Amino acid sequence: MPARRPARLAKWLVSGPPLLYLLVFFAAPTLIMVLASFRSPAEFGGLAPLVDETGRLDLNVDAYVRLFTEPVFFQVFVKSAWYATLTTTICLLLAYPLASLIARSGKKHRDLLLLLVILPFWSNFLIRIYAWMIILGPNAALAKLVNHVLAFFGAGPVPLLFSSFAVLVCLVYVSLPFMVLPLYANLEKHDQALLDAAQDLGANAWQRFWRITFPLSLPGVYAGAALVFIPALGIFAIPDILGGPDDTLIGNLIKQQFLETRDWPFGSVLSIMLTVAALALAGIAAWVGRRGSGASRA
Amino acid sequence: MALLDIKGVTRRFGDFTAVDDVSLSIEAGEFFTLLGPSGCGKTTLLRMIAGFDLPDAGRILLNGEDLADRPPEIRPVRTVFQSYALFPHMTVEGNIAFPLQMARLPAAERPARIRAVLEDVRLLGFEKRFPHELSGGQKQRVAIARALVSKPTMLLLDEPLAALDAKLREEVQIELINLQKEVGIAFVYVTHDQSEALALSHRIAVMSHGRVEQLDEPSRIYGFPRTRFVADFIGQCNLYSGPVIANAGGVVTLDVAGLGPVRVAAASSLAVGAAGTVALRPEKIRIAAGAPQDSPDNHYRGKVAALRYMGDVTVYNVDTPGGTRIEALLANSQSGRAKFFEIGDAVEMSWPVDAGHFLEE
Repeated sequence: MPARRPARLAKWLVSGPPLLYLLVFFAAPTLIMVLASFRSPAEFGGLAPLVDETGRLDLNVDAYVRLFTEPVFFQVFVKSAWYATLTTTICLLLAYPLASLIARSGKKHRDLLLLLVILPFWSNFLIRIYAWMIILGPNAALAKLVNHVLAFFGAGPVPLLFSSFAVLVCLVYVSLPFMVLPLYANLEKHDQALLDAAQDLGANAWQRFWRITFPLSLPGVYAGAALVFIPALGIFAIPDILGGPDDTLIGNLIKQQFLETRDWPFGSVLSIMLTVAALALAGIAAWVGRRGSGASRA
Repeated sequence: MALLDIKGVTRRFGDFTAVDDVSLSIEAGEFFTLLGPSGCGKTTLLRMIAGFDLPDAGRILLNGEDLADRPPEIRPVRTVFQSYALFPHMTVEGNIAFPLQMARLPAAERPARIRAVLEDVRLLGFEKRFPHELSGGQKQRVAIARALVSKPTMLLLDEPLAALDAKLREEVQIELINLQKEVGIAFVYVTHDQSEALALSHRIAVMSHGRVEQLDEPSRIYGFPRTRFVADFIGQCNLYSGPVIANAGGVVTLDVAGLGPVRVAAASSLAVGAAGTVALRPEKIRIAAGAPQDSPDNHYRGKVAALRYMGDVTVYNVDTPGGTRIEALLANSQSGRAKFFEIGDAVEMSWPVDAGHFLEE
């Protein structure tokens, strides 16, 4: 059918450039990283030649063996997952009331509130993290107040900055909009008639939330959780700047392997593991989401 | 004592009075309809009965008890919403079980109750379906089953047939009548569709601008409308106004511009010179090609200006020489002929004094 040929050409013209972009800047680097994970580190960092002096192809699984034999790396993974879980949970608890407030407010206020939610994106991520250094610093009002209160109860002074607390506060801060926006997009579509019906059928405010609103908002919850959890899992800038000595997360470890230890194969292995973990979690979330929302397509 | 007593209920939204000093009573077991055009206050009144809205003045009593302090979730009335408002994440069974769970009915008793109500609405076998797997008519029946399962004292229905197509609507009307008879509780039905109201109800309250214009049985609403609004809103109606020129022996004569004297049977004390109106249903008018054999009370000539062939009947719009339009209706009962008259035909119209209905306004 000749009529279909221009249509097919147009399709490629439209979808070709983004596909090419992803191929060059995402798929290819990922493959390079996978290859690097099987190579040997060079004496002074980087990668040893792929073919050594004897003409033998130098590929091995040493880096993988190292990952699975030294428990310290597993512990860092667990700690990262714990921070990400904590961040996601706190974000969900904070974002849900906020998103439903925005969804239920009038059209005029709604736009303003949404603007305020995305306002932090207008300044740079790193600058906002440095701002927390000042807010949480030992000479700032917050730290002084906390330590005054602690002193009143006879407890010693604690530093707010360079601590797990600082890392968590900032993680929640930068992640919150990513939880609010998908939740808002979901809650905004809810039909008031369903809540009226539930109330008419005898449900009190809590039952209406728990039996109607919350189950119907699960697709938004899963989307928000994925958008918060996965970046939080790989974060390195926040623990680098605000964390204490114990706050080394998987992201910091990867950065160290590439920039400080200069063990590229091992850094690649850690990156691959992080990617696999994130993909697995996204897959599980999508599966649970599909099961949960299969019935909710009205 | 009536089941539901509405006493002087008023509801304002800013400057707009949605419900204006309405008083009416609904009896147990009654199919009661609130009928009126959109914005007449019928839905606001229904929402106040359900508890979603509260009156600014007046009281609503159910079995003699004031409902003012009872939010919707603890009122023994249930609503069938226009959009059905089925919970999309629950099956038919889950939807119907919901009010039973809210009422903390023991889990063991639920299946029998759900089965019984599904039998009432003829939906057995649909328990595991989700709302998006049902047709419009089936969704509506689930909504009714869900409202009935907790055995309310009264069912409120907010335009429940509006979303159905015409053919299905007729079927569902019959089902609703049977269902109401079967369950025996009072139905309060809100609609803007006058034919639906006439077909379903024991009594109808016709509402306009927040007030009840007339509260009566369907046949009386149709046959004896009390106001111009009711006459005009319920079915087709010719309305002729003019000053009274004679009022004697139970017959009022009006002088209608463009038509002449119109005689109508009425027990009215209206004096000569006061304004009156005759409401005349199109099907009450005799329309023929030749002059009538008897000497009818009202007799006019005209030309067919327009006609609408409806299959079972044909509606003729006839213009009199004076320029007044009369709408007359003729059943197409004669075999082999589709229409009796064509546009431009001269016709004679007549009707007896008791065909019309006199309104003192």
